[in-house]
Amino acid sequence: MEATQYVSPMNGQLTAPLAAVGRRVIDFAAAFGRFGGFTVSVARATPDLRTWGGLVAGSMKRLGVESLPIALFIAAFTGIVLALQASYTFTGAVPLYFVGVLVGKTMILELGPVLTGLALAGRVGANIAAEIGTMRVTEQVDALETLAYDPIAYLVVPRVIAGTLMFPVVVAFADAIGIVAGWITALNLLEMSTPEFLRGLRLFFEPFDVRYSLIKAASFGATVTALGCYFGYTTSGGAAAVGRSTTQAVVVSSMLILVLDAFWAVTLL
Amino acid sequence: MSIRLEGVYKAFEGSRVLDGVSLEVNEGETLAVIGASGSGKSVLLKTIVRLLEPDAGAITVDEEDVLALTREELYELRRRVGFVFQFAALFDSMSVFDNVAMGLRRMRSLTEAEIVTRVQECLQRVDMSGYEARMPGQLSGGQRKRVGLARAIATRPKYLLYDEPTTGLDPITISVIDALVIRMAEDLAVTSVVVTHDMQSAYRVADRIAMLYRGKIRFSGTPDEIRAAEDPIVRGFIEGSPELAQESA
Repeated sequence: MEATQYVSPMNGQLTAPLAAVGRRVIDFAAAFGRFGGFTVSVARATPDLRTWGGLVAGSMKRLGVESLPIALFIAAFTGIVLALQASYTFTGAVPLYFVGVLVGKTMILELGPVLTGLALAGRVGANIAAEIGTMRVTEQVDALETLAYDPIAYLVVPRVIAGTLMFPVVVAFADAIGIVAGWITALNLLEMSTPEFLRGLRLFFEPFDVRYSLIKAASFGATVTALGCYFGYTTSGGAAAVGRSTTQAVVVSSMLILVLDAFWAVTLL
Repeated sequence: MSIRLEGVYKAFEGSRVLDGVSLEVNEGETLAVIGASGSGKSVLLKTIVRLLEPDAGAITVDEEDVLALTREELYELRRRVGFVFQFAALFDSMSVFDNVAMGLRRMRSLTEAEIVTRVQECLQRVDMSGYEARMPGQLSGGQRKRVGLARAIATRPKYLLYDEPTTGLDPITISVIDALVIRMAEDLAVTSVVVTHDMQSAYRVADRIAMLYRGKIRFSGTPDEIRAAEDPIVRGFIEGSPELAQESA
């Protein structure tokens, strides 16, 4: 005779949330593992200079130079707002030349790299994920394979190298433009003089600040391009899948930029 | 024996697409693999050059164990096997010339002048001379497939694998593509595998026809033999009569 197992009607209700959490954890671990495998493939393809060597300059132009307008636009307005908010906060309590301190430090250490990183996660990350995702679903990636090209070496390596090299360049320009915008604002709207602003700018300036800004930018560049390539490369399906990959690339890149931002602050400051 | 598959299995998310397929393609012949949509014909074709890794089985090309090849050896093999994709899979950021030249640029032995000559020769073979500067987006479906074929033959392969070369084309363009498949086999002396669900195309281009059904080869024979086949599944497919196939399924 078959034994009947008693199942409490509450069992499902109690375990369902746990099961959902468990599934999420497993999905996350699996995704992490897949990205780890992808990273190993990229490392393995990197010595194939013959395939990607001639493609880096074009990628640097597309990912870096063509991103300058949006990055500089954001930086200019950030510099203006920083100067005005600093003046608003300091009035009557702190000498006005501290506006230069706040604009310089904040642009270089935080807002220059992070805002540029987030903007480029949208522009560059989405662009890469959509481009490679479309190539995947239209079998262009398979076509590369049949023509004896390693798709990772051809599509991924040049983009990741270009992103890692060009994000610091874009961020350096953004830092500079943000400070210049803050300085022009201080001169015209806050009735500060140039020597006053420069005095504040120099007061706590450390060359390390610039290195810190550029290291962060390079790590953001590597992250945004690698994730864009990963989500594009692993796209399967049709147009909807390309859209999903693009969204995931932007969302995950943006989150990781903020995580990396905190990581560098903890480890380097 | 030029291409041989033995007991090849492939499943996607638990659904078995190839269920122990065994198939031989003889040197110099054109084999058409027919079967319903979703029967695994394209999967079969892609396993030959390991665009998809089979779960089990053995695949040999020129007596080489394809599944045991290193990455470099696999690329070497792929230079001998041209692949024509269902929707051409042209690189849409490149001109027709650059698409056809892509495989040639991978070969260290050719100078740029030789590449130009070879590209022009290949485009001429598929009647696409003068289209070198066009972008894929400016071509019709038939023209794209012809450029895809030119790209596949550019490295002078010994084998040509066609994945549904006539899908989505009008009857006249289908005849043009079929004529090109026959011309390539004759002029270039290549061994071809043509995956199709179009019986008229299969009859026109094939020396032999194999039918894939439920992950296995259900029938293999000449066009005359398949026309005379009594297997209701085969008859149901070639006559387009689902009732025949259902009765015996």
